Amino acid sequence: MEIKVLKDILGANEQMAERNRQLLDSNQVFAVNLMSSPGAGKTSLILETINRLKGKTRVGVIEGDVSSSLDAELIAKQGVPVVQINTGGGCHLDANMTYSALSNVPLQDIELLLIENVGNLICPAEFALGEHRKVLISSVPEGDDKPFKYPLMFHQADAVLINKIDLLPYLKFDTQAFSQAIKGINREVEIFQISCATSQGIEQWVSWLLTQMSMKQS
Amino acid sequence: MHELAITQNMLDLVLEQAKKAEARKVGRINLVIGEMTGVVDGCVQFYFGFLSEGTIAEKAALSFTVVPTTARCRGCDKLFKLKEFDWTCPYCQGNNMEIVAGQELFVESIEVE
Ligand SMILES: Nc1nc2c(ncn2[C@@H]2O[C@H](COP(=O)(O)OP(=O)(O)OP(=O)(O)O)[C@@H](O)[C@H]2O)c(=O)[nH]1
Ligand SMILES: [Mg+2]
Ligand SMILES: [Zn+2]
Repeated sequence: MEIKVLKDILGANEQMAERNRQLLDSNQVFAVNLMSSPGAGKTSLILETINRLKGKTRVGVIEGDVSSSLDAELIAKQGVPVVQINTGGGCHLDANMTYSALSNVPLQDIELLLIENVGNLICPAEFALGEHRKVLISSVPEGDDKPFKYPLMFHQADAVLINKIDLLPYLKFDTQAFSQAIKGINREVEIFQISCATSQGIEQWVSWLLTQMSMKQS
Repeated sequence: MHELAITQNMLDLVLEQAKKAEARKVGRINLVIGEMTGVVDGCVQFYFGFLSEGTIAEKAALSFTVVPTTARCRGCDKLFKLKEFDWTCPYCQGNNMEIVAGQELFVESIEVE
């Protein structure tokens, strides 16, 4: 006997993500899922963002890492609440792991939650966490062909940050072609050119982030 | 690597549906997978082999329908399959499009006894 199912394989994760979103909303916390390849600059961006928002917006961080807690320690030094999720070899965060981490985040004391996903451009694209925005960091040394190799990630992103632009003079990277390719399949996307080494472009990124947060609140 | 998590989720969904139908055995699982998801069918097959052991879906045949990444050109409105390294419309060379298929990841149906 054949039974029609027609159900999403990741439906359970979607439901859990929705529950996370409700929890965040009820605490008026805006959550951002930061995704990139390993080493593209997620932790550096979090540190830059915290620095820029000091005294203005209260930030919390969830650090997804395959095993170490180095990134979490860097962030804790900034006096920001940080919860570490060790995926134990897993290649992405999922809504369930995020839910457990959320119980350790002081949601009442923060307005912005930055979630550093596991460094990987394939798997995290499939798993919603309950975030309000998906942000993708793609760095200059990785090359400008990344959108073609990982279309789903680029298609879903609300913002793409081209990081390490301080290295542009030394590497072959066509920012215009890169941006045009992404815009071609994702009309609404915002693209920023930044450097966490020189802080160039960080102001524009943070200002976009604050606008997104205020749009959510009103 | 995400195939492990995806296969586990798929198996949970299948077992839930089979239980609802009071099935004794799942003989076949028909899956629809969009090309954009990057899910490798061989990996799903591999993980399914050991995850399903001891369940009523053990030894079920998996069949995969792969949906190509398909775009609709916003310039000329034509549908086309997105090429790997060239995201332009083959009809008008425009580069403003909407992805209309290729993100699927669902269980179409199961065959049970
Ligand atoms: N030149 C340059 N180096 C950068 C920039 N941003 C980050 N880096 C360096 O890139 C390396 C990786 O940065 P991280 O911030 O740790 O990257 P990540 O994405 O968190 O890495 P994982 O957590 O391991 O996936 C570090 O050595 C940073 O100092 C930048 O804008 N320019
Ligand atoms: Mg990091
Ligand atoms: Zn066209």
